[in-house]
Amino acid sequence: MDVLFDILGSANFWAAAIRIATPLIFGVLGALICERAGVLNLGIEGIFVAGAMAGWLAVYLGAGLWGGVLVAALAGALFGLLHAFLTVILGLSQHVSGIGITLLATSVSYFTYRTALPDVTSPPRIAAFQPLNIPGLSDLPFIGPALFQQTPLTFLALVFVAFVALVLYRTPLGLAIRAVGDNPASVEAQGLSVVGLRVGAVVVGSALMALGGAFLTMSAFDAFFFGMVNGRGWICIALVVFASWQPGKALLGALLFGAFDAFQIRLQTQIGQVVPGQVFLMLPYLLSIVALILVARRADYPRALLQPWTKGQRH
Amino acid sequence: MTDAPVLLSLQNITKRFGSLTANNAISLDLHRGEILALLGENGAGKTTLMNILFGHYVQDEGDVRVLADDGALATLPPGSPGAALKAGIGMVHQHFTLAENLSGLANIRLGTEPLLSFGREAAARAKVKKIIAESGLDVDLDRRVADLTVGEKQRIEILKALYRDAKVLILDEPTAVLTPQEAEGLFVVLRRLASNGLGVIFISHKLGEVLAVSHRILVLRAGTKAGELVTAKADRRAIADLMVGKAVAEVIRIPALPGETLMEFDGVSLHGAGRQMLSGVNLKLRSGEIVGLAGVSGNGQSGIAALISGLAVPSSGTLRLYGEAVTKASPRDLVEAGVARMPEDRQHDGVVGTMSVADNIAIEDVRTPAFSKMGFLDRKAMRERATSAISGYDVRCPGPDAEARLLSGGNVQKLILARVLEREPRVILANQPTRGLDVGAQAEVHRRILAARDRGAAVLVISEDLDELFALADRFVVVHAGELADAGSSESLDRGTIGLMMAGQARTPVGIAS
Repeated sequence: MDVLFDILGSANFWAAAIRIATPLIFGVLGALICERAGVLNLGIEGIFVAGAMAGWLAVYLGAGLWGGVLVAALAGALFGLLHAFLTVILGLSQHVSGIGITLLATSVSYFTYRTALPDVTSPPRIAAFQPLNIPGLSDLPFIGPALFQQTPLTFLALVFVAFVALVLYRTPLGLAIRAVGDNPASVEAQGLSVVGLRVGAVVVGSALMALGGAFLTMSAFDAFFFGMVNGRGWICIALVVFASWQPGKALLGALLFGAFDAFQIRLQTQIGQVVPGQVFLMLPYLLSIVALILVARRADYPRALLQPWTKGQRH
Repeated sequence: MTDAPVLLSLQNITKRFGSLTANNAISLDLHRGEILALLGENGAGKTTLMNILFGHYVQDEGDVRVLADDGALATLPPGSPGAALKAGIGMVHQHFTLAENLSGLANIRLGTEPLLSFGREAAARAKVKKIIAESGLDVDLDRRVADLTVGEKQRIEILKALYRDAKVLILDEPTAVLTPQEAEGLFVVLRRLASNGLGVIFISHKLGEVLAVSHRILVLRAGTKAGELVTAKADRRAIADLMVGKAVAEVIRIPALPGETLMEFDGVSLHGAGRQMLSGVNLKLRSGEIVGLAGVSGNGQSGIAALISGLAVPSSGTLRLYGEAVTKASPRDLVEAGVARMPEDRQHDGVVGTMSVADNIAIEDVRTPAFSKMGFLDRKAMRERATSAISGYDVRCPGPDAEARLLSGGNVQKLILARVLEREPRVILANQPTRGLDVGAQAEVHRRILAARDRGAAVLVISEDLDELFALADRFVVVHAGELADAGSSESLDRGTIGLMMAGQARTPVGIAS
């Protein structure tokens, strides 16, 4: 028990939990937007890699940090557009297209990295985002280091949670996105474009996913490694279900996962001699499966998820 | 009525799906304050015509013209629901186009406001409230659509159209999903809306309600305009003949000649879904006889149907087919032994929607040498059988390769008839055989069932429609609370007796009479 309280009582632990959660927040928001519109985007894992690589490379080539963020988002949007073309316009299987996008985006990213930097042996570094110092808040005892010493991208992620929730629940656009994921015929009958809404949602959602990747190379680390995304995209797909497609719960899910992960790292250093390290690495994933079993059985799926829409066809 | 200005005019609309001409040069005018009924059998082209009008389909020929603000008729660009909405055309589809995860009010607002705007809900609510007060379309606007009844969903659909200041309201088979009381309420609303100046197009295949609500009737048959008449002067019989194109022949029934017992329920009980579905049922199905099963829905009909279909075996008691006990739940064994099934939910249980008409017709026979050669499907034979079934049973569809889900309900039922009757079955289960079918298709199904009986099949007809049972059955049984009572020969019966038995009174055990 002492170990538990030691960990939970350290500001350092909470800061780490939020840091680990940040890429997941971007990813789960992106996946949520796509799925709310009725499109599953399994390209997420590859789009993370593309965002991580493109953002980092842009900065390395002198674009500046925010320039890098923009490039990452564009890379994500591009792969999103491809996924939308295949699934929304051509009506192909969303599963197959998504996995294809993941394989393609990952390989293209590795290829570009190798081609751009043929001679490097150890990954080159960039000057990554530094924690913001918010006057007043960052200096508070415990709360300051726990919550308010994060890099700008973390705060951006939190702003996006609020923004996505606002659009989804407080604007006619949000109504239309939720409707198109439930029954595209309702949107068509009201004179809106099913294809336009879905393509838009997938492109914007994919851009957000890429920001999750960019956080890894431009905030959490300062270099690009192969395999660094390491399943974070897939976790986001599970978290969307956990969150019942709601932005607020998505934030909660990402933070919970971040906390588990931060916890296991610290637990490892404390009792790592007794239990093999792999058990700890497994812990957050195991817990996310348990959480899914508890939550997802009652999940209220967008009814039109996975269903292509063809205009003028009898349904 | 015809003095009022024309709101909408269709000019020579033609639409083809492959080789099928769904609409052939159809023209019509709709005036302000008029309820125009579009009457026709299933597959006559009513829904296609309205989908063109609303921009869901693009016509091959012809124009849609709508009264514009300047008082002239303007041609509508084809294939654009947005343009149709803007021109003041509102449509209530047979299958509702509502997002069930949103509230009624959200569905009404959908698509009427700039996508990125805030705080317009209050104004929208006020406008909808005003429309509700004027039209009498009362409904809770804040409940999720998923939690509304079918009648309430329909009101939301109508409100959607009125909210957009529709001048023309199209209703596609609006009463198909309503109870008689709800339908009566809808008619009141429609008359009120029409007297306020709305033009209404009411699509239906039910003669009675068309006569009750419309001012003018336009009859479609096989994609062409068969006739146009003023309701007040219309004659019921004449309209029915216009619809089907020939005098509807009375189905003639010769007395039954019951033969040997082919299937027998001997003290059969069935437990299912955690409750007693049937208890101690005795029933004999004899060759050359139609038994009509009456009862209020949910009293055990589904249990009896499941047993005959091979989807269940008795929990106690014995079910015998040709004198041998059925001990294994195997639809395949029963089908191969000569049992034909016409399921209650024919779209869901009767066909595989995404498979072709040919596949669906052959599906019970694919293991027989007729359709399989050394384990491979004989596509050619399947398509030949389908082609002959399509003409022999008048299944209206583009061809043997069309997907079954594209067929209308009546044509699905004809497809199922073709599949099961061509096998010359000895026992036939017809569960709600004509529910939702128009008069023409209904007569056809009845004729086929009677012909099968005369050939020597034992038939059980389960129906909620007493008219149908009296038209078909030689003998009546009534099910109530899982128990079956014999009502005897149909000649000696009247509706009152059946009604009492359906309510669980006045029963005699089966077996005594026969």
